[in-house]
Amino acid sequence: MEHGSYQDQSASTFSLADEDHTLANSLRFALNQDPRVAVCGYSIPHPSEALVNIRVQTTGDPAKEVLKDSCQDLMMICQHVRSTFDEAVADFKNNRGSESE
Amino acid sequence: MPKVSLWDLPDLPQNQLPPHLQLQKTRVVCNNDAPTHTENITYSGAYAAIGVDNSLRLDEFRKNFKVKVIKLSEEDMEFDLIGIDASIANAFRRILISEVPTMAIEKVLVANSSTVVQDEVLAHRLGLIPVKVDPRLFDYMSENDVPNEKNTIVFKLDFKCERKSGERRTVYSHDLKWLPFGSEYVLSTENSSDPTSKPKTYTSFTSSQDSLPEFSNNPITVTPGIIITKLAPGQEVELEAHAVKGLGKTHAKWSPVATAWYRMLPEVVLLQDIEDEDAQKLVNKCPVNVFDIEDVGKGVKRATVARPRACTLCRECIREPGWEEKVALRRVKDHFIFTIESTGALPPEVLFTEAVKILEDKCESVITELS
Repeated sequence: MEHGSYQDQSASTFSLADEDHTLANSLRFALNQDPRVAVCGYSIPHPSEALVNIRVQTTGDPAKEVLKDSCQDLMMICQHVRSTFDEAVADFKNNRGSESE
Repeated sequence: MPKVSLWDLPDLPQNQLPPHLQLQKTRVVCNNDAPTHTENITYSGAYAAIGVDNSLRLDEFRKNFKVKVIKLSEEDMEFDLIGIDASIANAFRRILISEVPTMAIEKVLVANSSTVVQDEVLAHRLGLIPVKVDPRLFDYMSENDVPNEKNTIVFKLDFKCERKSGERRTVYSHDLKWLPFGSEYVLSTENSSDPTSKPKTYTSFTSSQDSLPEFSNNPITVTPGIIITKLAPGQEVELEAHAVKGLGKTHAKWSPVATAWYRMLPEVVLLQDIEDEDAQKLVNKCPVNVFDIEDVGKGVKRATVARPRACTLCRECIREPGWEEKVALRRVKDHFIFTIESTGALPPEVLFTEAVKILEDKCESVITELS
């Protein structure tokens, strides 16, 4: 859910339901790294309610696009982590197999 | 120091921070009283004033990111993630603990219990027993769903302590027997309209779980050796336990890890040469033997840092006055030593891969929600 103005698309707040610090902090990190972002942050209005408000203010681009791009970046980071990890585990198992022979 | 004209000062290489700022950005300095520079400077324009770009290019990340596996066994693993930010490492840890699904006993149908342990306490204990099966082979069961072979696992516990034996017996978790055909307790129905049909039980398995290729040779078991209850002569317990898929968020019994944690790599740097007596004092002070003495020649002994990874940051070496100028304790902000201890449902390397997949799925759901 996006709370913003129709006139100025570059600043808006996104309310994500069923989310907590797990996704919000990672998204905040990915957003911060994007050079188009001027301000970004997240808050959790009440800990009993699973709701996160992510605020994005950009240097001109629509905030929704920047958020989507940051999500994509985060996904690429995750995929790279996964493939590197799988390689490292496979290497370790091979090395251990060859050592014990 | 000789005076150098402003124009002759050495140029810093392009896009690199001066060393003191680099230290602030990449290391947590652990002083005697409190750590400093603990926050991560992630903002892309943080160093714009000096012309250094702080944004994360994905290519840079791909080049610098490394994973090193230190220990790997069936139950736990220790590995290093180098070049990643704390927020993402923490996200993986949180997902491992609470959002990777597992199977655990949820409903217990007690037919007969003359134990001293109350029914609900028995059910609670049964729920906490880890079920060693791959949860990806099963579906979630919601309120309206009928329990069938795709979403339920049924176990039976039938234990009687004979009155003649005269001694107490312990009921262990390996006494739980897997029923691949489903529940054996018949639902009481008002009308027996069709006496030839099979009586309806508490679960409706259309086929035996035994027939699935994954289970045909290795039956579903629970972790053995866990004490469920103890029976005195004449007491017996007869119950059926149904296990369903769930998340650690709902109840800790569904958490697939005994625990998962990380720590940042400690860095111990000797700022001055520490020799002779001081060196011996330093080696004796450290409880985990981080320092070693090396002979430099001419009978001079110098202290070196041999095992910085073992350092627990207890700060014994800098506690006394005067030592803080000699030894610098720091942590590297983007090097995480992860340890994962699995309860047995899935091996730890699979658990980590699943956790990363779950974070990807969360991002994807945000993207679809926004489009």
